[in-house]
Amino acid sequence: MFLKMAWSFSDDRPIYSQIIEQIKQFIVSGEIKPGDKLASVRDMASEAGVNPNTMQRALSELERTGLIYSQRTSGRYITQKEELIQDMKNELANEKINMFLQSMQQIGYSKEQVADLIKNYKEAENK
Amino acid sequence: MSELVLECKGLTKKFGRKTALDNIDLKLGRGKIIGLLGPNGSGKTTLIKTANGLLAPTGGKVLINDKIPGRETKKIVSYLPDQTYLPQWMKIDGLIEMFSDFYADFQPQTAYEMIKSLNINPSEVLKTLSKGTKEKVQLILVMSRRAQLYLLDEPIGGVDPATRDYILDSIIKNYSENATVLISTHLINDIEKILDEVVFIKNGSIMLHNSVDDLRESEGKSVDAIFREVFKC
Repeated sequence: MFLKMAWSFSDDRPIYSQIIEQIKQFIVSGEIKPGDKLASVRDMASEAGVNPNTMQRALSELERTGLIYSQRTSGRYITQKEELIQDMKNELANEKINMFLQSMQQIGYSKEQVADLIKNYKEAENK
Repeated sequence: MSELVLECKGLTKKFGRKTALDNIDLKLGRGKIIGLLGPNGSGKTTLIKTANGLLAPTGGKVLINDKIPGRETKKIVSYLPDQTYLPQWMKIDGLIEMFSDFYADFQPQTAYEMIKSLNINPSEVLKTLSKGTKEKVQLILVMSRRAQLYLLDEPIGGVDPATRDYILDSIIKNYSENATVLISTHLINDIEKILDEVVFIKNGSIMLHNSVDDLRESEGKSVDAIFREVFKC
């Protein structure tokens, strides 16, 4: 499978960690599905416009966590283990909540106040 | 096979009183894309020409695969000069034939495939092509060799952003796994994502040699931003 993904990189962090994040994002959003075969390292590097060694490093890291597995002769695949994907989703959700809470704290809201706001926000929408 | 594809030991090059390379020590490993970055007049082209054997060092030495540049090293080094050097009256297919005769590692099919994918007509004469297209043809010829070391002097200098993307992509796709690509440029922003390592050169001296991701990790900013700080005017 040749990925047709929208890669984008920011300037302030290493590229390999951004590749890891984006592949996770692609899995969560369903752009890559469990069991999908990944393109070759070089094709993926070419598509993302990054160095092949950097792509290799990111994929190895994802392999280490089990999200990607490789079959010796036929290439790399996205895991089909639902619980691994769910874990990763939860992790991403936690990161987002953390970021959101931090920005709310900056404008003076505590966690509890934020929770209330969210509850009311839902109610307001349901009316 | 030596672990290093290129090594400089106390390399010095003087033009009269002017020192272009000042006692440079540099080691480049295999299987990497490396940026040689520095402002105008910092010594990038002189370093590359010395590695090609086009300039003789005033002091110290440069080694390619443990050998002094010469006949043997030309077989494994593919060089893109900073200026057009191809005969302007030749047709593209004629150039491909010439390169096949000159270099045992030249892959004509690769060259034709790339020419085709860029919608360039191989029976056209070089003279009739635009500047950007000429640069593309030159780079295609250079990257169609199965070399161990590619020395690319400003390959993206004079071309539009779309062509720049194509050139960088063709570098990613075409260098063989154990080969090293050294790219000199001052357009860092465009190329830093495809680099393993960067070498900063200033007034003929190496200021810094590090992996791109290590730099971004430790400094929290892009190599382009670091470059602007190091070379602030």
